[in-house]
Amino acid sequence: MSDVMVDVHGVHKSFGPLEVLRGVDLRVRAGEVTVILGPSGSGKSTLLRTINHLEKVNRGWISIDGELIGYRRSEDRRAARRASVEGGGGRRAGKLHELKEKEVLKQRTHIGFVFQNFNLFPHLTVLENLVEAPVSALRRPRKDAEDTARRLLERVGLADKTDAYPRQLSGGQQQRVAIARALALEPKVLLFDEPTSALDPELVGEVLDVIKDLASTGTTMIVVTHEIGFAREVADTVVFMDGGVVVEQGSPAAVLDAPRHERTRAFLSKVL
Amino acid sequence: MGLSTDSAAAPPGTAAPGTDPGTPPAKNDLASLKVVPARHYARWVAAVAVIVLVAQFAHGLITNPVWEWQVFSDYVLSETIVKAVGVTLQLTAYATVLGFLLGTVLAFMRLSHSPVLQTVSWTYIWIFRSIPMIVQLVFWFNLSALYDRLGVGIPFGPVFWSVDSNSLIGTMGAALIGLSLHQAAYAAEIVRGGVIAVDHGQLEAAAALGIPKLRQIRRIVLPQAMRAILPTAGNEIIGLLKGTSVVYVMAIGELFYQVQVIYGRNGRVIPLLMVATAWYVVLTSLLSIAQYYVERRYARGANRTPPPTPVQRARRFVRDLRAAAAQRNQPVHPLKSLGADR
Repeated sequence: MSDVMVDVHGVHKSFGPLEVLRGVDLRVRAGEVTVILGPSGSGKSTLLRTINHLEKVNRGWISIDGELIGYRRSEDRRAARRASVEGGGGRRAGKLHELKEKEVLKQRTHIGFVFQNFNLFPHLTVLENLVEAPVSALRRPRKDAEDTARRLLERVGLADKTDAYPRQLSGGQQQRVAIARALALEPKVLLFDEPTSALDPELVGEVLDVIKDLASTGTTMIVVTHEIGFAREVADTVVFMDGGVVVEQGSPAAVLDAPRHERTRAFLSKVL
Repeated sequence: MGLSTDSAAAPPGTAAPGTDPGTPPAKNDLASLKVVPARHYARWVAAVAVIVLVAQFAHGLITNPVWEWQVFSDYVLSETIVKAVGVTLQLTAYATVLGFLLGTVLAFMRLSHSPVLQTVSWTYIWIFRSIPMIVQLVFWFNLSALYDRLGVGIPFGPVFWSVDSNSLIGTMGAALIGLSLHQAAYAAEIVRGGVIAVDHGQLEAAAALGIPKLRQIRRIVLPQAMRAILPTAGNEIIGLLKGTSVVYVMAIGELFYQVQVIYGRNGRVIPLLMVATAWYVVLTSLLSIAQYYVERRYARGANRTPPPTPVQRARRFVRDLRAAAAQRNQPVHPLKSLGADR
């Protein structure tokens, strides 16, 4: 249990009458790369967005490094006493308090998120994009944040672009900046929401290379993608989702080469 | 360019069938021909007609004695008028700042999740957009009739400190309150329009990075909203500058009031109205120029290369003219020179 970094437990999520997640369980161990595959509408992006609380869950819970996301548990003394008198155990004692936005924002600094459309701040330079969150959310000294930012830009191969504006970069370069921006907070886990889907085919490789490099240094990552080759090469665990549930999961070899489930086979035959 | 039309247009013999179809025939022959630009006769006629009308108007401006340009030049820089322009500028500046501050607060109230704040903001905008400015100004002018003392205390309870409302507010204060409150209603909608024009992904990215809420608004949302806010805000501020002329009803010594006082005394209505006109035109021109540069600043990152300012363009034009003059002696290939112009 101790090395479980991300714990998703029985998560349900509906948008109005549409039930997008129907009881998802997922466990990601520290230092592992989990790749989530599935047809569009299977709920994989929504699942990713519930992990950093961009979407609130309707049922179930999520914890990262043992910390509950979006809620705080408190012991309700009266309920605990009643439970102990009745001998019903302490499980139902206590309450879940919804966290205030300020506390949620603080939790999110531990969770890096990379968007399909990059979402860089277009009015800020590349360096300012990287420095903004560490300075304002973590209260790092600007000088330190800039040093870290330069080091990260070097790591993603964009050391010469510090003063460029995002629109002056190619899509691949923008996504690499976005990855560096997420890393600037030194998160415990990195979430990628289809990081290469908005890119021209010839730019996909440079972004995947950066993610592979991160994987080799033991960063905990959950990647939603359609790149099966990437999943085979990098993933420790491949998760196949369809219809708001996890259909099957296992090693890349098990899920991609010998899928046990008919729906997985049907999906893979279409994309491979 | 279609290949078929090429070969059809080519005179027989210049391109033998079976030669490379990729190169247009007779290319070298065309290149040596002189290019005659298209003549736009109707455009010339229209231009002459417009020039005649403009010349007639200008002639009238200069020769019609009723304009009394001597009186105009006596007053346009006189102390009274310059002071009055100062008052106009003060009213504009204060009302702009107060109006947009309150407007921004109202805009975010309207965008908040609290139904109470939303309703209050909506009601404020509804009421203050519904009352003509001049009616509102006279209301504020007569505030003391409604509340003769204003004070601080417990709501619906005892009052600890109070003051005579006339001595607290005064005429200038009443005018400023009227202008600012009126302006705030419009500013609120302008700011709200700018904020909802910002891509939703920007807010998600800021939230995902854990940037504190106020900082998100100040550093991420508002600078991007400014791109949509500025053109309409420029309109509003220029409208406000001219709108300050309405406070003449409160006998405040701004530009239009002073002009009226002077022509009431000496009867020279037309030249003094021209004095006011000239000042309003100069001031709004300055505001328009300022707007251009402020917009440019907030466009950082929106274009790969920012377009040149008029000053930069003028400099470039002069440089090009010089370069062209230096090159005039050298013969230039007509088609090549056409291509180089574009």
